[in-house]
Amino acid sequence: MNSFKQIFGCICAGLLLASGTVLAQAPDQSTPPDALIKMVVTEVMATVKVDPDIQKGNIPKIVDLVEKKIVPYTDMRRTTEMAMGPNWKKASPEQQAQLTSEFKNLLIRTYSGALSQLRDQTVQFKTLRASPDDKEVVVKTVVLGRGDPVPLDYRLEKTANGWKVYDMNIMGVWLVEAYRNQFSSQISQNGIEGLVKFLQDRNKQLASAKPAN
Amino acid sequence: MILSVLQKIRQVILLSLVISMVGCASIPAGTERSPQDPWEPFNRSVFEFNEGLDAYLLKPVVAGYRFILPEFVRDGIYNFFSNYNDIYTALYNLLQGKPDYAFNDLMRVVVNTTFGLGGLIDMATPGGLEKHKEDWGQTLGVWGVPSGPYVVLPFFGPSNVRDTFGTVADLESDYLFSFVKDIGLRNSITGLRVVNARNTYYEAGDLLDGAAIDKYSFVRDAYIQRRAYQINEGRDDEEPQTPVSENPYQ
Repeated sequence: MNSFKQIFGCICAGLLLASGTVLAQAPDQSTPPDALIKMVVTEVMATVKVDPDIQKGNIPKIVDLVEKKIVPYTDMRRTTEMAMGPNWKKASPEQQAQLTSEFKNLLIRTYSGALSQLRDQTVQFKTLRASPDDKEVVVKTVVLGRGDPVPLDYRLEKTANGWKVYDMNIMGVWLVEAYRNQFSSQISQNGIEGLVKFLQDRNKQLASAKPAN
Repeated sequence: MILSVLQKIRQVILLSLVISMVGCASIPAGTERSPQDPWEPFNRSVFEFNEGLDAYLLKPVVAGYRFILPEFVRDGIYNFFSNYNDIYTALYNLLQGKPDYAFNDLMRVVVNTTFGLGGLIDMATPGGLEKHKEDWGQTLGVWGVPSGPYVVLPFFGPSNVRDTFGTVADLESDYLFSFVKDIGLRNSITGLRVVNARNTYYEAGDLLDGAAIDKYSFVRDAYIQRRAYQINEGRDDEEPQTPVSENPYQ
């Protein structure tokens, strides 16, 4: 009888653990936006903190982490479209695909260095203010660590495949807005093809550069 | 001897400043002009000057600072100045009509000055007292003073007409600092403040070079956005918060 209780207890604990990990690791289509951000951020931070390679700035490993754990919850096409503004419609479907992938790579390259710096930071998740039928929400967080707290907000849209991040606000600066002038200036100088080429060259240059630390 | 060397350095800096300003940097062809940046040719030349100053003087000095001092000492220095600035932040928040923020900031100073060993350790942030950062430019902005055109100031970097007055007011109203009578000590503290400030974005500075297509306009657009965000911050929080029970996502 006693041993039966023990076995039963073990099974229960095992089930709880299993369900707990499933909840913590796999946001799905019905995951609300703030919970989604919390899951992704918590997991990425936990991964970086226990991986000495990433902390040393191992770029391929960081890129792999970003591709697997962050990119699935983003809509880079929407991000690129918004940053391009009216120029988006002037780009051919191939150019749109190229721009999306090059812009994604540029962002991954530039922020991979910041990811490798994660050590003893903690993230505060602010209460979400939204109504259930909202199609777009902003999830606000603050990163606390060395130095000043860094406000980091995420703008998400509701898609058929769940909530997707398409814009980010770092210390008061929206990514899409910051790139709007960058893109339009480059396009008015060298056309859409020029922007594609510029991004390709920059990404090659960043890929061959030594890791920052 | 040292004095004359310092004078020489000052002359060189002033001279290069004059040269950089006379030879207004040309705007890259095809660049779209920002309506908030009518003085772009002038601003670009000052931006170039600041970039040079940073690359050849400030950044190497900060690299040495990081090499010589262990991290916990640098953290202590950072925390000390941060605690000192919190005194002014409390005052600015009061002037901006945010007494709850001001009280929070004042409590931070009390906690950090006592339990945090004179400000060397930040005990307030882990204790739940949020850090804020305010200045005169932001305060004027909250009062409704428009920003005016974008300006790049030599040494101080991105600014606008309002924030230029704000920066002067920040320096002028630093009354506590004027209690330090010894000129040598004052200059040393000022130097340490500059190095400490640059040190906080030592790694982030390189990130910009990779991220920007045109660094000048990237920094400008980010500055304009960021100042608007800082001025509106806190105003957002005054909206009624959805009670937890009614939050559909809880």
